[in-house]
Amino acid sequence: MKLIIIDYGAGNIKSIQFAFKRLGVDAVLSNNIEEIKAADKVIFPGVGEASSAMKMLRESGLDSVIPELKQPVLGICLGMQLMCNSSEEGNTKGLGIFNVAIKKFSSAVKVPQMGWNVITDLKSDLFTGVKEEEFMYLVHSFYAENCKEAIATTSYEIEYASALQKDNFYGVQFHPEKSSKAGEQILKNFLELKTNN
Amino acid sequence: MLTKRIIPCLDIKNGRTVKGVNFVNLIDAGDPVILAKQYAELGADELVFLDISATLEGRKTMLEMVLKVAEQVNIPFTVGGGISSVEDVDALLKCGADKISINSSAVKRPDLVNELSNKFGSQCVVVAIDAKQINGEWMVHLAGGTIPTALNLFDWAKEVESRGAGEILFTSMNNDGTKAGFANEALAKLSTELNIPIIASGGAGTVQHFTDTFTIGKADAALAASVFHFGEIAISALKKELKEQKIPVRL
Repeated sequence: MKLIIIDYGAGNIKSIQFAFKRLGVDAVLSNNIEEIKAADKVIFPGVGEASSAMKMLRESGLDSVIPELKQPVLGICLGMQLMCNSSEEGNTKGLGIFNVAIKKFSSAVKVPQMGWNVITDLKSDLFTGVKEEEFMYLVHSFYAENCKEAIATTSYEIEYASALQKDNFYGVQFHPEKSSKAGEQILKNFLELKTNN
Repeated sequence: MLTKRIIPCLDIKNGRTVKGVNFVNLIDAGDPVILAKQYAELGADELVFLDISATLEGRKTMLEMVLKVAEQVNIPFTVGGGISSVEDVDALLKCGADKISINSSAVKRPDLVNELSNKFGSQCVVVAIDAKQINGEWMVHLAGGTIPTALNLFDWAKEVESRGAGEILFTSMNNDGTKAGFANEALAKLSTELNIPIIASGGAGTVQHFTDTFTIGKADAALAASVFHFGEIAISALKKELKEQKIPVRL
């Protein structure tokens, strides 16, 4: 199986690569459009600031490629946020795959949310073997509002969508690569999803 | 609900753990990778590696260690010690560190906090502050608490928050090594006046100290070294006890 991690300069992708290696899969880093299109599975990572990450996607032409992908795609953290309609961070227009807006937590809570919180209301093959209220590691200041495409929710200030799915596109706000055994299970489930490419 | 984090801290010199470690039967208690894996399995929520190598050679070894930890450990970890530039941080993050912590270098050149948070994001920038209470006032100290500065703890903490720090690791030099509890009054003040997570450090001796630092001290996370390394407190037992005391923890 050919697993690609999209390498567009946004953040630490080594951890994701290592997490797959622990599952016995070599994930290839690439920003090559043809290579990404031909992959069986694609990881869309991202750490950092939304508007500069979108800028990097536009410069490489990936902004028009990602929404057209047919194989399973998993956005992680900022990757998931960029797959949404828009983000309050840097007033950014996103890829519009998920029909939801990204908002900022208010100062009623500590920002960023940093640490382990639970995911509930699990509704996807991505969570096979993962129990309700499982702990995931999260670090983020912006969140996706709860919406129809939510496949998991988490509570911090409000109940928000901590995972999203639409067709072949999956997004998780938490870091499965840093979320111990349960996180590994989610990555394993992603690897086992049917490939339509 | 977001849980309170328990963080063992490992001192590293030339790629090896320094203080003795004796909490389980390990073949090589000096190997930070083996230890890190063990702590992750025992329920630690995060790990901190503090590089106390004094030589360039030692620092290079640190990068190799970070790479090995990232390869094998499935929980987040922070690396601190001797970090003074964007290049240092870039190298550590590329090796798989999740967060970095800066201390003296931020005091010497506060713009470093802005540079790091702008380039890598606040989420990976931890500012460690060592402070000592002198005549009622908490003063920031450098070099492991040996060099006093004119900075007030709370002023400095607020300044680094405004410069983009994502988290504060506060070590009370009055409490460190005493095993008499954390500096909860100062911690509560930090936690109330700032809007970023605060990690309590210095003074852990009993389970009750952890309970107190989360309730009275309002800390978001608690860091300790020797009580974990010498098996005086087992992480799983600590978290069970915290849960019984209605403190949210990951079990």
